Amino acid sequence: MKVNSPSVALFIPCYVDQFYPQVGIATLELLEKLGCQVTYPSGQTCCGQPLANAGYARDTVGTARHFIETFNDFDYVVCPSGSCTLHVKEHFPAIAGLKKEQEALEHKIYELIEFITDVLKIEKLEGKFPHRVGFHSSCHGQRGLHLSSGSELNQPPYNKARKLLENLAGLEWVELSRTDECCGFGGTFAVTEEALSIQMGKDRLADHLQHKTEILTGGDMSCIMHLQGIATRSKQELKFLHLAEILNQALS
Amino acid sequence: MTHPENAAEFLKDSQKAKWHDETLWFVRDKRDKVSKGIPEWEQLRELASGIKDNVLANLADYLEEFERNATKNGIIVHWAADSEEHNRLVLEILQQQNCTAVVKSKSILTEECHLNPYLEKHGVEVVDTDLGERIVQFLNQPPSHIVLPAIHLKKGEISELFHEKLHTEKGNEDPAYLTQAARVHLREKFFAAKVAITGVNFGIAETGEFVVCTNEGNADMGVHLAQVHIACMGIEKILPRRKDLGVFLRLLARSATGQPITNYNSHFRSPSSGKEIHLILVDNGRTAQLAREKFRNSLKCIRCGACMNTCPIYRRSGGFSYNSTVPGPIGSILSPGLDLKKHSSLPFASTLCGSCTDVCPVKINIHEQLYEWRQEVTKTQGEFAKGLSMKLANGIFKSPLAYKISGSLMRNALKSLPNSLIYHPLNIWGKNRNLPDAPKESFQQWYRKNRS
Repeated sequence: MKVNSPSVALFIPCYVDQFYPQVGIATLELLEKLGCQVTYPSGQTCCGQPLANAGYARDTVGTARHFIETFNDFDYVVCPSGSCTLHVKEHFPAIAGLKKEQEALEHKIYELIEFITDVLKIEKLEGKFPHRVGFHSSCHGQRGLHLSSGSELNQPPYNKARKLLENLAGLEWVELSRTDECCGFGGTFAVTEEALSIQMGKDRLADHLQHKTEILTGGDMSCIMHLQGIATRSKQELKFLHLAEILNQALS
Repeated sequence: MTHPENAAEFLKDSQKAKWHDETLWFVRDKRDKVSKGIPEWEQLRELASGIKDNVLANLADYLEEFERNATKNGIIVHWAADSEEHNRLVLEILQQQNCTAVVKSKSILTEECHLNPYLEKHGVEVVDTDLGERIVQFLNQPPSHIVLPAIHLKKGEISELFHEKLHTEKGNEDPAYLTQAARVHLREKFFAAKVAITGVNFGIAETGEFVVCTNEGNADMGVHLAQVHIACMGIEKILPRRKDLGVFLRLLARSATGQPITNYNSHFRSPSSGKEIHLILVDNGRTAQLAREKFRNSLKCIRCGACMNTCPIYRRSGGFSYNSTVPGPIGSILSPGLDLKKHSSLPFASTLCGSCTDVCPVKINIHEQLYEWRQEVTKTQGEFAKGLSMKLANGIFKSPLAYKISGSLMRNALKSLPNSLIYHPLNIWGKNRNLPDAPKESFQQWYRKNRS
């Protein structure tokens, strides 16, 4: 580790902590391989997004205050989820007495991929990953954090994850029919609009299967949990990995 | 019925649901291609949004300027505070003309006011002359889409309907044949109507003229044959200057159907000699929405329908699932302002994916307003139990210890409970989806063991 490297705090979303520890480990190892000094502040819990999106943002004050205090002493906060990152940046309620700290947090929290490409300024990673990889573009990362261009907008195409993945030796990028349609997870939507949620997930999976995806990846385990849940139930032969897992494996 | 119930019903016919999704995706795709042919597309959206900001900030002044200039041009201007007043005004004009049969081109405003049933109740025959609207009118249905009113029907169904209503050949599904039959049928109605009703796409404050956009020319056909033209206009449809039209006409049809421009963009400024133009300016909840700061932007809407075509929920649940005159994402932020209780499930009929916001030609932050309406709905309509569980969650998330205990309880439960208990009928997540395998330890536990 470099002596003067910035201090990076890992924010591991609650469902990743509980269900996907391997994604947290891959994120930590990857950042360390890239020369960061990484700490996982103990006592972190959740960003409060499930409550806020269900219409109870006013009940997330305690959660947000705890979050801001937990991550106050670091140069950067890095999170392997675009959705949670966006929530901290845009949907935290204003916390009395912590205005300065909250503003600073909004500017120093990054989704993992954008931290690599925009802060560490890494253009390409040397490694290999000989698989056909289909990318699920999660909505909050794409349309909220602008991690890739949206099909709706008239803008030059770009995709920060693709840039890193495509440089890996042997990796084949899968072109989909609908490059950025929502998978239907949507937090509580997955349960309150169950029928639609399942249909949207099935349609995304069909697009990947039709284009012969071997490994489906993305920057948000919540979308992947939903897609994998449907694929497993219908016994589909698809593997699922978070982007951090692919990059970490490729670099080893 | 709530939106989830209606959506589940719609999805039962999976072939038709798939067709509906693909048909609207085709329109969205066409919109993408044609909008990318305009290098300054994003600037146009920005400009349109800015013009509408100005309109909303100075609405009263522009409306008075519009009224002054329209009156100078010989248009008779009326004001309606709500749908009842609007409907009464229309009926009064019809009664003055002794008119019992009227033709109407597409107007979502008159749908919003439920004008047709009102007039029919008072002995007036109303014929919708837009082909899609005529089709749904035959079926006694409202439009399922604001631009494509009969998009929920396949041509076989239309063929059957026309066989019954217009005596076309049984089983003939040829669109040209069916359209010709509708033209012949509508021609009679056009000739017979003394009064024609139209909507308004844009009212120009500077000149007192208004513009009606159609693809079928049915508004023009109706108006030019009738003695009296009644134009019904929502007060938010104002543009300050005629030159602003250039921005909006370039955006409207491209966003709506992927056409460069609607086939007919007709300007109405003065009545021909011996004829009358009545213009009814309708509020019906618009000033209330204007006063709601977080939701004011929704009044920028130019009714292009692009947010419906792009919405993954609308495409898979159909327009009727929303049970509101304007369905889809824009309807879900407009309708709660009219009746929060009735439409309380609509702000939740979204994953907040944001696609609606990015296709919107006037840059309405639709998905952010859906989020804000959720906060409003739970304040007044929230189910007690849901509120309680969310408060409990906040209690867990603000306390690291409570979070740790509940997390490990959950993981252990998932590991040790039999599948029959995990996937019981109350577990909606597990109805059609597996849960992830529970790992032996959380990341926190791993980190403590390996790194600290």
